[in-house]
Amino acid sequence: MEYEAVIGLEVHVELKTNAKAFCSCTTAFGGEPNTHVCPVCLGLPGVLPVINRRVVEFGLKTALALNCQVATFCKFDRKNYYYPDLPKNYQISQYDLPLARGGHLTITVDGIERVIGITRVHMEEDAGKLIHVDGPDGGYSLVDYNRTGVPLLEIVSEPDLRSPAEARAYMEKLRTILQYLDVSDCKMEEGSLRCDANVSVRPRGSRTFGTKTEVKNLNSFRSLQRALEYEIERQVAILESGGRVEQATMAWDENRGVTYVMRTKEEAQDYRYFPDPDLVPLEIDAAWIERVRRELPELPDARCLRLIEDYGLPAYDAGVITSSRDLADYFDRVVALYPDAKTVSNWIMGDFLRLLNAGNLEPQQSPVPPEELADLLQLQKEGTISGKIAKQVLEEMFATGKGARQVVEEKGLVQISDEAALTRIVEEVLAANPGVVEDYRNGKDKALGFLVGQVMKATKGKANPGLVNRLLKERL
Amino acid sequence: MPISTAEVDHVALLARLKLSPEEKAAYTGQLNAILEYMDKLNALDTTDVEPTAHVLPLRNVFRDDVARPGLPREKALAGAPAASEGQFKVPRVV
Repeated sequence: MEYEAVIGLEVHVELKTNAKAFCSCTTAFGGEPNTHVCPVCLGLPGVLPVINRRVVEFGLKTALALNCQVATFCKFDRKNYYYPDLPKNYQISQYDLPLARGGHLTITVDGIERVIGITRVHMEEDAGKLIHVDGPDGGYSLVDYNRTGVPLLEIVSEPDLRSPAEARAYMEKLRTILQYLDVSDCKMEEGSLRCDANVSVRPRGSRTFGTKTEVKNLNSFRSLQRALEYEIERQVAILESGGRVEQATMAWDENRGVTYVMRTKEEAQDYRYFPDPDLVPLEIDAAWIERVRRELPELPDARCLRLIEDYGLPAYDAGVITSSRDLADYFDRVVALYPDAKTVSNWIMGDFLRLLNAGNLEPQQSPVPPEELADLLQLQKEGTISGKIAKQVLEEMFATGKGARQVVEEKGLVQISDEAALTRIVEEVLAANPGVVEDYRNGKDKALGFLVGQVMKATKGKANPGLVNRLLKERL
Repeated sequence: MPISTAEVDHVALLARLKLSPEEKAAYTGQLNAILEYMDKLNALDTTDVEPTAHVLPLRNVFRDDVARPGLPREKALAGAPAASEGQFKVPRVV
């Protein structure tokens, strides 16, 4: 039988506010353990949490960008559980009246566009970090509460995703939108963007859902995709051997490449949600929503469309360039100076991104500013350097931070377009390769390429290729 | 009786309370008395009454997004039963 997967994602994103959600401690990442704490986030007796306005603002921005219906009235609830990552024994969250519901975003996988529903967006606080230490009597744990109380948004998708690749595309699209909104660093490796997946399988075409498991600890796009692939395969194998999938919470073990059971349905958590009496409700009026809507930046889909319509870029190029707001900004700045958008796009998607990735850099950290890339393209267009040399120059610019013209001058890379000088070299090459010349005259067109290569070699790649071709053909 | 001893056991477990058989019997009785009173409230017609999210008539109380220093670490850890390496030290539960 053929099976299909049904996947929904719960994404947690840390908001990049200055202060925590309910107190004034800094949200700065890192820091010595327990140095970003106060009586409120430590849950000491007699304190009162007060919501940081910017948390609500960021929540609204996100909700609107995800096409959600914003609640006119919402409140905070206590989610009760005993685990030392929360000093209060409850997490401030939102239960039955979340900030927003009913949105969607669009993903494209293998050229097929799909709209993925978003169930809800709610605000809550992050928990602390535990380090487990082995030792006698079962060992102990050390707790750092610096992260406790950092604002989070939880964004829950509908079970609309049908494959690990779609789940990954959803997660990447969501990250792109959050980056455009500038509400989070979205660093999966630092835990500012995290993901849990609900997954079940069913016979293809079936309308009912199978029993689902929840997979936790997906700390990268790769883990998300691998864990889902593994878990789907595991569930299908159980069904095919006549078994039943047990409802459970699983964790992904990145090193072993397997999911394992953390707890089963019998041990399911009972969070006993109730309204937090320490926090008063929020009323969000139409004027507030409108103000936030007006302040929304151009979002990835709109920007992608603009690149296609204004510059005539292929959809693929526009998609790659707008996948990062910084990259799209970089592109815009180069095109402003060098208006051949397709050439700019080819360079950015090719050598520029390759060199950035090799240096593990973000576009805004590029040692080559947009003005210098535009200058390099200009040098190539003027014929001062060849395309091949331009690639070398870009590498040198990345390595040294020097400008395009400076590198070309220092390294003596100016293209040789002097016809007399090239004619001499062309004639030497022809004289040295009589066999190849004979081949060409007998109809082997490829022989020309070899001869061009020899001229390039003799000039260290600096010969003007168009001129070399003409000079060779005139003599053959 | 709205609540059974088994449910009291469950609630005690969730609250991490260890109860003696006598306490269990006593709390089952007391919780039932409270829940029976809730039944009385449930008999009221509340069709036109908005659910109460908070007892105070306050809405939209915010703090500005300004970070300020919190507690020095020694003070943060002062009330902890055990501390080590600048961190709270607790029994390992996983």
